[in-house]
Amino acid sequence: MSQQYMLHVNGVDHEVTDGWLGESLLDTLRDRLGLMGTKGACTQGECGSCSVLVDGELVCSCLVMAATATEQEITTIEGVAPAGAPSDVQQAFVDAGAVQCGFCTPGLIMAVHDLLERSPEPDGTEIREQLAGNVCRCTGYGRIVDAVQQVSVRRAGSGSSS
Amino acid sequence: MPVAVPRSLDDAVRLLADEPDAMLLAGGTDAMVEINDGHRRPGESVIALNRVAELRSWSHDPATGTLTIGAGVTYKELMNDPIARWSPALAEASRTVGSPQIRAAGTLGGNVGTCSPAGDALPVLAALDAQVRLVSSAGGRTLPVSDVMVGVKRTSIEPGELIADITIPAASGPQGYAKVGVRNAMVIAVASACVAVDSEAKSVAIALGSVSPTVVRCPDAESLLAASVDWQTGSVDIEIVAAAIARVRSRAQPITDHRSTAEYRSHAVGVLVQRLLRRSFRIESAGVRA
Repeated sequence: MSQQYMLHVNGVDHEVTDGWLGESLLDTLRDRLGLMGTKGACTQGECGSCSVLVDGELVCSCLVMAATATEQEITTIEGVAPAGAPSDVQQAFVDAGAVQCGFCTPGLIMAVHDLLERSPEPDGTEIREQLAGNVCRCTGYGRIVDAVQQVSVRRAGSGSSS
Repeated sequence: MPVAVPRSLDDAVRLLADEPDAMLLAGGTDAMVEINDGHRRPGESVIALNRVAELRSWSHDPATGTLTIGAGVTYKELMNDPIARWSPALAEASRTVGSPQIRAAGTLGGNVGTCSPAGDALPVLAALDAQVRLVSSAGGRTLPVSDVMVGVKRTSIEPGELIADITIPAASGPQGYAKVGVRNAMVIAVASACVAVDSEAKSVAIALGSVSPTVVRCPDAESLLAASVDWQTGSVDIEIVAAAIARVRSRAQPITDHRSTAEYRSHAVGVLVQRLLRRSFRIESAGVRA
């Protein structure tokens, strides 16, 4: 059954006109709204590559039924920084060499923004627990943890929390 | 009404009365996996429960010493204070669920509704004799969680009913949850257990997960421990613990599947209960044997 509803993504209203009833937010973002930054891999909530924020909560967009996310603030990887300029987390991933094939990167960037929002100076254990649901098969995670610590140090140094 | 997102419990109940066959969607962390895989169809209509205000709330009643938790409270909320302070075992169980992403969406009511033998909150609810309140347009009824869970992913919840809240006693003694799986995060329990000690009532509750079609209690082991613990000192003899663990293992009726073998599950669930007992009591050896 197709239906019509509005999603509020990265501060912009998007009308969805042709979604099917059980369609995931992941598929709607990518296939209906053309927001390809959010990646889909397992569609079971196991890999974290589809992570987005819904009303400030980090969730797997593959496990959100899109038509139930009306009147909520949805933030995707496209919304973490102004177009053309990386966020501090994205820049740290580049600087630390935390990106290899890059498929897991958008989900990890969302998870790291969420972590540092709540806990500006996480220790290694906290970083690993927070990122436990984001699977990376290339890096071995060492440089990803380095990147998180770099952002933490830079933010503390600049006195900024953005 | 293909998809409804009610904000009040009254609205949710009314919508469900109009369409008793509507799919009830809580956090979506179980249901969407099945929908994405094509194993389940959402049917004609869906009622999303994750923004119903009453379902998202909880309360502690000091007079009765109970905690009433709305069905839509997430694992993320359960694993943190203030709820964690009243219910350490539920907090421990919640922390072992999936990942931060899953814990921010998955709910206590959803765990009961799905009724998987491996549901992490379920051994805790069983050990605490949780009372589940169901509501419908006809009114409501409250029943023990053990009567809600009737089989693998089967509950006694009728069409037209939804889970409103779950009431448990606040902790009155040591309690904990433990599980074993293939890694520390993101794992479905191969075996799990909850031990909850009531130091005032001088009783011990033991519930096991992933070792039978539904969560089971261990009355024989519980009564042995309750009668044998030195409640003055909180200590128990090592021989008693060994006998209790044997009784625990005899309650397990595990299967062999792609996750593990029946033999391993029986062994592991005894180890888990032993660890939880060691955290709850001082275990003493009567003789001189090492």
